[in-house]
Amino acid sequence: MKSIINRKNITRLAVAVAIWAVIALLMATGIMSRSLQSLTIKICYYVMLTLSLDLIVGYLGDLSLGHAAFYAVGGYAGGAFALYTNLPFIPTFILALLIGGVVAAIVGFLISKSILKLRGDYLAIVTLAFGEFIRSFVKIIRGLGGTKGLIGIESYSSRIVGFSLSYIVVLLVIIAIYNFTHSRYGRAVTAIRDNAIAVESVGIDIKKMKVLVFTISSFIAGMAGVLFGFYKTTLNPSDFTYNLSIEVLVMVVLGGMGSIRGSVIASVVIVALPELLRGASDYRMLIYAVALIAMMMFKSNPKLVKYTERLGAAVDNLKKSLTRKAVSDKPSSGGVSK
Amino acid sequence: MSLLKVQNLGITFGGLKAVDNLSLEIEKNELYGLIGPNGAGKTTVFNMLTGVYKPTTGEFFLNGENLTGKSSIEINRKGIARTFQNIRLFGKMTVADNVMVGLYNQMHYNLVDGLLRSPKYFADEKEFSKRADELLAVFDLYDDRDTLASNLPYGKQRKLEIARALATSPKLLLLDEPAAGMNPNETAELMKTIRFVREKFDMTILLIEHDMKLVMGICERVTVLNFGTELAAGKTSVALNNPQVIKAYLGDD
Ligand SMILES: Nc1ncnc2c1ncn2[C@@H]1O[C@H](COP(=O)(O)OP(=O)(O)O)[C@@H](O)[C@H]1O
Ligand SMILES: [Mg+2]
Repeated sequence: MKSIINRKNITRLAVAVAIWAVIALLMATGIMSRSLQSLTIKICYYVMLTLSLDLIVGYLGDLSLGHAAFYAVGGYAGGAFALYTNLPFIPTFILALLIGGVVAAIVGFLISKSILKLRGDYLAIVTLAFGEFIRSFVKIIRGLGGTKGLIGIESYSSRIVGFSLSYIVVLLVIIAIYNFTHSRYGRAVTAIRDNAIAVESVGIDIKKMKVLVFTISSFIAGMAGVLFGFYKTTLNPSDFTYNLSIEVLVMVVLGGMGSIRGSVIASVVIVALPELLRGASDYRMLIYAVALIAMMMFKSNPKLVKYTERLGAAVDNLKKSLTRKAVSDKPSSGGVSK
Repeated sequence: MSLLKVQNLGITFGGLKAVDNLSLEIEKNELYGLIGPNGAGKTTVFNMLTGVYKPTTGEFFLNGENLTGKSSIEINRKGIARTFQNIRLFGKMTVADNVMVGLYNQMHYNLVDGLLRSPKYFADEKEFSKRADELLAVFDLYDDRDTLASNLPYGKQRKLEIARALATSPKLLLLDEPAAGMNPNETAELMKTIRFVREKFDMTILLIEHDMKLVMGICERVTVLNFGTELAAGKTSVALNNPQVIKAYLGDD
């Protein structure tokens, strides 16, 4: 009987803990500079943003240009909660995270319900407008600080704490997304991307699936917003511009679309690179653009795609011959031979 | 009572009567042919029977239940599954996953089970991936289970579509030109498989075919369509020898 506790998962957990331990150690000993320490937290919420947008763009196959909106809604909801309540830090953090996620998910649910019929360009335009709408909305609400911003959200007691909490949240999100994409729901969603009419022909309600994906995606983006709020302690409408939505979209595309590992790697690299190569930060947008065009050209070049597929198959074969695992039993019916 | 009853079904596209006043009845476990020249309206009939198009006139019943005007989703859940003339697979998914999508509605676990990987998730996934493998084996696709559907050769893609349709455990299976693009050997093999499916799953099949010879070998009864109207219907050998039918086909090719 299969279960969650197996050797593979224990190894994965060990790797995750090891990565945390190394980074925490580098932080504690001061080997890591302060700006690098902040970077680790930034990477965490960017990874969540990218993963959540990848659910919509990579898995479902819809284009959303307003992802920053859910990030803003979550950040403001969680931030306002933290600001206006007086609980100890950890309960505040956990509740803010849940409130930010849930409020963003509710908004995502309502939005997706009302724009279900739209596809392609239309969907992109409406999500874009929605992103700008949310930004203007928080600007005019005085309780949320208006243009000055929501100031004075409780901060992490140290960068190690901030990183550790963010890291745990990211790990939980990765596990949840992995499980989702490997469930019947995730398969249905990926199938919609490949052929929506065929999905309906096997009795699956694609509208429900789309609403589900938007809701889960905005829940995660909302939590990312909360992590951002706790890190920055001040939320400004200008933190949530159209540029951010595009930046995250670039990460999704560079991550290969529909790939958890790709999304994580792309966001780590893109967030870290400009900070590591200080001088290059002016050229950040230029680098994005070039990388994006290269990726698109690569993806639309059948020869290159075939080549990487062959490469992947070769690696797989190599792995197989190295492990020499017994192949699982075959079903009895029909004339199968291997 | 017949399994499928179609009564005066018709549809108009901007003045063009694509299908007009079509009636037919199919008995349980029957293998029924719907034939006619290109553009006769065969695929349009399938689109009406699967809720892709709403009929302008007439009704159809499955086991006596009126399904006219219902959505594709509802109709599949009531027991009609189909394949497409222009293949519609989930190209970037594996062969096994294509069938697993077809099994979606029969699986039991809910979203929370899926997110947390409860024992129910594992039990269900195990049971249904076994069932998917069995279906794939019927179509000789088991060895391709981990291949991306778009990388399959054409003939196998057509078979995979049938496997996916069967995965929804339908009462009635609609096949739209399943042999299109296949060579004679592949076609002969496919016909064998269709007969096998009919027996093994006690399936009722409505089959669209362009090629008359092929229909002759496999269908007991047929309806011949031309310009959206019925030219002839009944026992295959009789209907296909109808002078009007012969004329329609000669005029076509
Ligand atoms: N959605 C549509 N809009 C307009 N005309 C259509 C539509 N679908 C089918 N038709 C027309 O209906 C006729 C029958 O088409 P079809 O059912 O595909 O024929 P067959 O499958 O018998 O080759 C054709 O003239 C076709 O152009
Ligand atoms: Mg047709």
